[in-house]
Amino acid sequence: MRNQPHETIEDVRSDAIEKHHISLTINGTSYNLEVEPWTSVLDLLREHLNLTGTKKGCDHGQCGACTILLEGKRINSCLTLAIMHDGAEITTIEGLANNDGLHPVQQAFIEHDAFQCGYCTPGQICSTIGLIHEGKAKTLDDIRDLMSGNICRCGAYNNIVKVVQEALENHKNQTP
Amino acid sequence: MATNHIGKPKNRVDGLKKVTGSAKYAAEFNAPGLVHGVVISSAIAKGRIKAIDTHDALEIEGVLHIFTHENTPGLAWFDLSYKDMDSPPGAPFRPLHSDEIQFNMQPIALVVAETLELARFAALRVKVEYEVETHNTKLADSLDEAIEGKGFRAGFEPPKSIGKFEEAYEAADIKLETEYFHGAEHHNPMEMHASTVIYEEDGGLTIYDKTQGVLNSRHYVSMIFGIKRKKIKVISPFVGGAFGSGLRPQYQLFMATLAALELKRPVKVELTRPQMFSFGHRPITIQKLKLAASPDGSLQAVSHSAYSETSRFEKYVENVVNWPKKLYRCENVEEIYKLVQLDMYTPLDMRAPGGATGVYALESAMDELAYKLNMNPLELRLRNYTDEDKGKEKPFSSKTLKECYRVAAEKFGWSQRNPEPRSTREGHNLVGWGMASGIWDAMQTPARAKARLSADGKLEVGSATADIGTGTYTIMTQIAAETLGLPMEQVTAKLGDSSLPFAFLEGGSTTAASVGTAVKYVCDKIARKLLKEAGKIDDSPFKGAKMEDVVFRDENIVDKQDDSVFIPITEVMKLRGLGTIQKKTTALPNFLKQNKYSRNTHSAVFAEVKIDEDLGTIKVTRIVTAIDAGRILNAKTAHSQILGGVVWGVSMALEEDSFMDHHYGRFINHDLAEYHIAVNADMPDIDITFVEEEDHVVSPIGVKGVGEIGLVGVAAAIGNAVYHATGKRIRSLPITLDKAMSEVSAI
Ligand code: FES
Ligand code: FES
Repeated sequence: MRNQPHETIEDVRSDAIEKHHISLTINGTSYNLEVEPWTSVLDLLREHLNLTGTKKGCDHGQCGACTILLEGKRINSCLTLAIMHDGAEITTIEGLANNDGLHPVQQAFIEHDAFQCGYCTPGQICSTIGLIHEGKAKTLDDIRDLMSGNICRCGAYNNIVKVVQEALENHKNQTP
Repeated sequence: MATNHIGKPKNRVDGLKKVTGSAKYAAEFNAPGLVHGVVISSAIAKGRIKAIDTHDALEIEGVLHIFTHENTPGLAWFDLSYKDMDSPPGAPFRPLHSDEIQFNMQPIALVVAETLELARFAALRVKVEYEVETHNTKLADSLDEAIEGKGFRAGFEPPKSIGKFEEAYEAADIKLETEYFHGAEHHNPMEMHASTVIYEEDGGLTIYDKTQGVLNSRHYVSMIFGIKRKKIKVISPFVGGAFGSGLRPQYQLFMATLAALELKRPVKVELTRPQMFSFGHRPITIQKLKLAASPDGSLQAVSHSAYSETSRFEKYVENVVNWPKKLYRCENVEEIYKLVQLDMYTPLDMRAPGGATGVYALESAMDELAYKLNMNPLELRLRNYTDEDKGKEKPFSSKTLKECYRVAAEKFGWSQRNPEPRSTREGHNLVGWGMASGIWDAMQTPARAKARLSADGKLEVGSATADIGTGTYTIMTQIAAETLGLPMEQVTAKLGDSSLPFAFLEGGSTTAASVGTAVKYVCDKIARKLLKEAGKIDDSPFKGAKMEDVVFRDENIVDKQDDSVFIPITEVMKLRGLGTIQKKTTALPNFLKQNKYSRNTHSAVFAEVKIDEDLGTIKVTRIVTAIDAGRILNAKTAHSQILGGVVWGVSMALEEDSFMDHHYGRFINHDLAEYHIAVNADMPDIDITFVEEEDHVVSPIGVKGVGEIGLVGVAAAIGNAVYHATGKRIRSLPITLDKAMSEVSAI
């Protein structure tokens, strides 16, 4: 019960804020961090590292706005704690473009107008890239299903699907 | 490089920022020493706070302060000071004003701490004791307490009956009486409401707010906290969706401002997703329709009445019952609109407020009438087509609805429809087709803009409007660039900054028409100045030339008669020694001209659904819509606006329902797992056509607006398709599987 502290405040608090050392590679940069156990990866990015490209839409794993790539896999960064990922490699929306320009999926989002307000977009883009590497999506229905963890309240879904189809096609052509 | 941009499917100018994560939203601005505020919400719907014990929470190291009604300094004395540009009649809610609880999840305290985690933890340690009073949140049981839905509010048209409904209804051959219901809905933009308030050394404030009107936020803060407007800067470059939720300043703005002023530190307050269900919703309506027609389908009498809900402290009104007179030719129309005051927060304009729900009931009833008359539903609409707003007795400034019906019906294949309900199957799916009309208001509001042309041919235009995903940045850029014959890359549009010239709230589908016109005008002014200067150049071909004699194209001023005669704009600047040209202008609607007409956008929507006969699962498989929205400024972003509207329609028809637990007086499904919003897998194939006709009455640039019209009519078309599939009429939204099951199996 949240209104009945299971321990004394002092106990909970000192546990919670005892900082632990972890190292992370985020978008190719290594970070040595002192993190509190109760800090989610999402809050670490947004509140502690000022990497606000990753969005918070619910903080409960219900919207996909916080999707990032952890070891290349798409995850909801609000649902996992930073201390669980010592040594991990993370890619966020800020890490997708390089000196040659935008990631093709980023460019395709612009061309297909696959967003409006843009708030779900970083999550949709990371999710698209994650989905391609999963190799599970074969049909239009698969794409729609496998992209349904990312809500877009602006309703850009049909344009997002076009991006995913295009990206899958390109991926197929590149990997014979 | 071609410099005609208007109407083209241009990419969003802010796209790059949005796909790289560099677009910054209200909770994403940082400042040295920034601290975090977490709001505590009331657990009861009505009563008083007997005691609020913050002792334990304040003991925690890193917790800075807890604001409650007990320690909030005396603020503005009058209710009036809390009014904003979108307030309905009444006395606005005043956060932390007293111990009184007026609605469930009312903000009752703000915990401020060094980190978000700490503030959140400390908030759990605050103990609140309540004195509970009996609340009432049940609209359906309280209809006898209803009061007249009236009062002054921008855009609200009080109900007005015409002709003699009773007599005509009695005398008619074919009669239909029916009742529709829909649940409450919440906006749920993906970005939760947040404000970051920076306390400046001179006592001023810089506020990053999630809002559809930076000037509204500034006004609100200024009035409540007694700070001069010029000391407050409100900035909101990106808004992660709003759909109406940002039309009024929400309580996080109050909270963050209060804390920043008291603590003299930068404070950020971001609401949680459950708290997004605590400040305004699309109100439930219970609607009754009585339709009477002659056997050929001509409407003889229409009565549209609606009961809706509001708070105890404000009377929220919207246009629910005002649409029959605008959609159909009928001499006898009765309109009744009533409100019941309940123990809840005031409802809040939500995309196509009133229209989305009123037209849903009307167009569903029209479908019922069509079946009763044994008539094609499309034919019934055409039989009663009107070129005149029967209520105002004015013609429409433009109306291409007939063409919308034709185009959409043809694309959909409506002529192939088997009129018999429950006649079409595909495996164990029942297939149904339905259609509906849509209508929304087309308005231009006063707006100002400024522009600055630099010697290098770069142009900056600005207005204190918003881009909530609507594409405002992009259309401002297109209009400005085309007016001065510049490539879009040379133009920068500025908005979401209270130091920019006045614009009204971004809402009601008015922004393109209003701000677009102001941008056009201010760039015209610069063009005139350029031409005048060009005429002063030695041997100028443009000596004494008038604006009609030239065009601005490809970065040049060009002689209309002779393409080979031109002067580059940068040459004019250079030869005339001009560093910059700056202009400001106000675009006022031409009220005299506008008042002669009724001004609306229209749509025709056709839907196909497939319903599993065994399981009751409903899938919308196709939507075809044709839209009459005047001139389209950007084929790509306008298409996205309509697409979004249609998605909202699907979501409204099948999924959205803020479920009030009357025992607690609280919306109980207050998260995104329990409050269902259409996801990718729910999407049908969506086909959108614009039937364009420039409307220079609504706005000098021919625009009518695309923000809401895509949604209106969609839910009715889907509901009508469900009837056609199953032969059963489900008169309550959302049409969920359980309702469909009981109806389907009841056959
Ligand atoms: S913020 Fe992580 S899923 Fe919504
Ligand atoms: S673009 Fe606004 S939520 Fe997807």
